Amino acid sequence: MDIAIACLICFIGGLVAGLIGVGGGIVFVPAMTAVLSKGQVEAESTSLLMIALVSVVGTWRQIGYGNVNLKDAAVIGLLSPVGVLIGVVAANALPERALRIGFAMLALYMAYRLLKRVFGNDPHDPAEPGTEPLADPGPDSPAGSGAST
Amino acid sequence: MESRRIIGLAAVGTLAGAFSGLFGVGGGTVIVPMLIALYHYGDRLATGTSLAAIIVIALLAAAMQGGIYGNVDVGTGLILAGPAIVGVIGGTAIQQRIPEKSVSLIFAVLLIGVAIEMVVG
Repeated sequence: MDIAIACLICFIGGLVAGLIGVGGGIVFVPAMTAVLSKGQVEAESTSLLMIALVSVVGTWRQIGYGNVNLKDAAVIGLLSPVGVLIGVVAANALPERALRIGFAMLALYMAYRLLKRVFGNDPHDPAEPGTEPLADPGPDSPAGSGAST
Repeated sequence: MESRRIIGLAAVGTLAGAFSGLFGVGGGTVIVPMLIALYHYGDRLATGTSLAAIIVIALLAAAMQGGIYGNVDVGTGLILAGPAIVGVIGGTAIQQRIPEKSVSLIFAVLLIGVAIEMVVG
């Protein structure tokens, strides 16, 4: 019964991952700790395997819809391990409270920018409600070298 | 690809990785809003590109956690990945049928929730 509940929660996690482009770990980890009584470290580590699989399938689907800029994704993905190392060092060197407040401020700033984009009039905004996915942005477009390249 | 753009994207990747290392949050929580808000990506393009970038991050991290520390329960992971994969296929399909800016709205609410959790949690 527990595994069935965990599967249902992970289905929802996958749905969220596909909808907003996150890995889904924010849902997978609690499914394993709360429902399957896994330890936090094991749940987070196992979640990474699931995120990798979910991301592969999600990317495959999004490529089909013309919604992936592979060059940009490669730059971001390949540089992120450097960031992980910086994050681990910073986590051990700086007060956790300061880090959490710093991240909260960044999150709020990003939320403000997104809400401004949704409700405001952003002259750079390529996306209007209901428009089709970008297929071939121009060379000056922020989407750079184009989707699925 | 111009060098300034590469440096900017590298900064996004580094920041996403740093917050993953710091707080255990997924890279997408950082990558998607930054691509939309700073690089003026369309919402769908941002989410698709984020998922592609996450493959690299998650594979490397899973390989380290599993290969070096033995923390990955492969059996459970594969069982739970099944419905999650069905979910992501459904999620990407739904995303194509809703107004594009609704993704920004969902993300803004998520970020406000994360910010509150960071301060009071």
